[in-house]
Amino acid sequence: MKRINLVGLAVGAGLALGAVGPAWAQANEQFVPMPIYRTGPYAAGGTGVFGAFMDYLALINERDGGLNGVKFTWEECETAYDNARGVECYERLKGKGPTGAAMFHPLSTGITYSVFEKGAVDKVPVVSIGYGRGDAMDGRVFPYLFPLITTYWSQNTAKIKYIGMKEGGMDKLKGKKLANIYHDSAYGKETIDILNKQAAMYGFEVKHFPVAHPGLDQKAVWLQIKQMAPDWVILRGWGVMNPTALKEAQRVNFPREKIVGVWWSGSEEDVRPAGAAAKGYVAAGFHPAGKNFPVIKDVEKFVYGKKKGNVEAERVGTIYYNRGIIHGIVSVEAMRVAQEKFGKKPLTGEQIAWGLENLNITAERIKALGAEGLLQPLKTSCLDHEGGGAVKFQQWDGDKWVIVTDWIEADKKLVRPLAEESAAKYAKEKNITPRTCN
Amino acid sequence: MTFFFEVLIGGLLAGVMYSLVALGFVMIFKASGVFNFAQGALVLFAALTFVGFMEKGLPFWVAMAVTLAVMMGSAILIERFVLRPLVNQPPITLFMATIGLSFLLEGLGQGLWGSQVRALDIGIEDLPFDVLGMTFSKFDFFAAGCAALLVGALVLFFNKTRVGLALRAVADDHQAALAVGIPLQFVWAVVWAVAGLVALVAGLLWGSRLGVQFSLSLVALKALPVLILGGFTSIAGAIVGGLIIGASEKLAEVFIGPYFGGAIENWFPYMLALAFLLIRPQGLFGEKIIERV
Repeated sequence: MKRINLVGLAVGAGLALGAVGPAWAQANEQFVPMPIYRTGPYAAGGTGVFGAFMDYLALINERDGGLNGVKFTWEECETAYDNARGVECYERLKGKGPTGAAMFHPLSTGITYSVFEKGAVDKVPVVSIGYGRGDAMDGRVFPYLFPLITTYWSQNTAKIKYIGMKEGGMDKLKGKKLANIYHDSAYGKETIDILNKQAAMYGFEVKHFPVAHPGLDQKAVWLQIKQMAPDWVILRGWGVMNPTALKEAQRVNFPREKIVGVWWSGSEEDVRPAGAAAKGYVAAGFHPAGKNFPVIKDVEKFVYGKKKGNVEAERVGTIYYNRGIIHGIVSVEAMRVAQEKFGKKPLTGEQIAWGLENLNITAERIKALGAEGLLQPLKTSCLDHEGGGAVKFQQWDGDKWVIVTDWIEADKKLVRPLAEESAAKYAKEKNITPRTCN
Repeated sequence: MTFFFEVLIGGLLAGVMYSLVALGFVMIFKASGVFNFAQGALVLFAALTFVGFMEKGLPFWVAMAVTLAVMMGSAILIERFVLRPLVNQPPITLFMATIGLSFLLEGLGQGLWGSQVRALDIGIEDLPFDVLGMTFSKFDFFAAGCAALLVGALVLFFNKTRVGLALRAVADDHQAALAVGIPLQFVWAVVWAVAGLVALVAGLLWGSRLGVQFSLSLVALKALPVLILGGFTSIAGAIVGGLIIGASEKLAEVFIGPYFGGAIENWFPYMLALAFLLIRPQGLFGEKIIERV
C-alpha cells in the first residue's frame, strides 16, 4: 500500500511538474496570431506572406534566442480570406499567450474593416502593411490601427506619378484616358475616390470597371476596355483575377506595358499563369523580390537549414515571401522599441501599440537587420501611422520582376488632408474624440 | 453593331467553357439523380494531378493518361466508399455526401500537390485575330472544338453502347435496374469515371486560361445557371444552356451593367435561370417528371 502511495506520489509530482513546466516556459513568450489562408482562391498570398512572417519569428528564436530572451510563439487560424472567419480567428486568438495577442495582421482589407474597432476596444493593435483603410494613417482617430509603410491611397498617387513620368510630365496627363479595373470588394473600391480627385486635379478621364469575385471570366470588361481605348489601365486585382486580366488584355491587343497593377497584383503567382501574356506588365511594390539579402540568407541557414520552414523552400525570395519577411521585421522592431520602454519581457497589445507608433527604422538599422534594399526607412508617430509612403515600380520580363524606377514618393500633400478629412468624418459618426498628439 | 456582335460571339465562346463544366454535372445526374456538388473539386483535382505529373517530368500525353487512370481509380473509390453505402437513400443524402466529397477532394488535391499557383501550357496559343473588325482568340475556338468532340463522344457512348443503355436504365429507376440484373455499382463507377474525364478536359482548358489553382473549383458556379436553364439530364441542354448563359451574361454586363454599377455577370445568369424556371421548371431539355399520388 505504502509502495503504491509512493508511486502515486511520484506520478502526481510528475504531473504537477508537467503542468508547471509549460506555464513557466510560457511566462517568457510573446504570442503572435497568424490568421492565415492556406485554402481558398487567395491561398498563394496567404501562405507566402504568413509563411515568411512565421519564418522570421522562427529566425529570431533560433538565431538570437528570441527578442531579448523573449521567445515568439504563434498559432495559425484559417480564415480562407473570409471576413466572418477572420473575426472568429481574432476572437479566438486575441487572449492567447501570457499577455494576449501582441498584434493582429488580418492580411485582408475586408477583415481589417471587420476587426479594427474590436482591436481598439481590446487594445490589440491591428496592423495592415500595404493594405487596409487609407484614413487610418491618422493615429489620432485610429490609435490601434496601423496601415504601415504605405496605404493604397499613397501608392495610388505614386502610380499616377509613374504614369505622368512615362507620359513626359504630370501636365501631359490632361486629356488622357485611364481605366481602373478593380476587384469588387472593400479592397478594390479603396482607391476610387482618390482616383476621381486626381482625375479632376490633372484633367484626365477615369472610368471604373468592377470585376466580381473571384474574376474567372473578364471578357465583358475587357471588351469594354477595347471600346474605351484607354491610354493606361490600372489593375487592382487579387488572386486569379490578375492572370485572367493579363490574358484578356492580350486577347484584345491591349499593351501590357500600359497596365499598372497594385502590389497585390504584382507577385510571381499573378503573372506566371498568364505566360507570355504577362510580359511587359508593370506593378507597384514596396519591396523587391530576390534572395540576395543577408536576412533571407539567415532564414535559409537557421530556419530552412533546420527544416523548420513554413512554406516550400523554393518560394523563399519571391514577392509574397519577402513581403512576409517585412511583416516580421516591422512587427519585431515595434516590439523591440516597446521593450526598450516597458522592459524586456512579454508585452501587452497596448504596450506594443506604443512601439508601433514610435518606430524609427533608419537606413543604418535596416542595414544592421540585413535588409538593405529590401525595406524602406520607416518612421511612425502618434499622428502618422503610415510612416513610409514611397513606392517602386517593377516590370515582368517574362521570367522575373525587374525594378524599373527608384523610390517614388507618394503625394502626401494630397493624401494627408483627405485622410484627415475622412478620419474626422469617421470620428464624428462614431462619436470618437480624437487624441491629441504632441 | 460590330461591337454588339463581338460581345455576342465572345459570350457564346465563353458559354462553351461553362458547358464543359456543366457536362460533368449532367453525367452524374443522369446516372444517379444526384446533383454532384463535387464536380468543381473534380475539375481542380484533375488539373492539379495533371500538372503535378508534368512537374515530375512526365510527357504531356503520359501525364494525361496517368491522370485519367487516377480519375478512374478515384471513381471506383468514390463508388465503393461513398455511393454504395447510400444506395436507395433519398437524393438529399447523396447530395450531402457529395458536399463532403468536395471538401475531401479540394484538401487532398492541395495536400498532395501543394496550394501554389501553377502555369499550364497545353500548346494552344491564346492570341487574338481580327475578323471584320472583331477580335477573337484562337484558344476559344479550340475550346469550342474540344467541347464539340466531347459531346459527340458522350452522345455515342450513351446511345450506342450497352453501358450507356444500362446507365439510362439506372437513371430511370435504381431498383428496377437492379431487378433486371444491371450492375448498379459498375454503372456508377463508369459514370463517375466519365465525369472524371470531363473534369480533366475542363480542368486543362480552364487551367491553361487561369493557371492551375484553387479557383478552378469555383468554375462550378458558372455551370449552375447553365444546368438550371438547360436541364440536369440533357447533354444538349448543357451545351445550349451554356451558350445562352454565356451570351446573355456578356451582353448584360456590357449593355445593362453600367446602369447597376457593373459586375452583374455573376448574378445575372442566376436571375435569368430563375426567371426561366417560372416558365419551364424542368429546364429547356429536362425531362418533365409526372408523379402519381
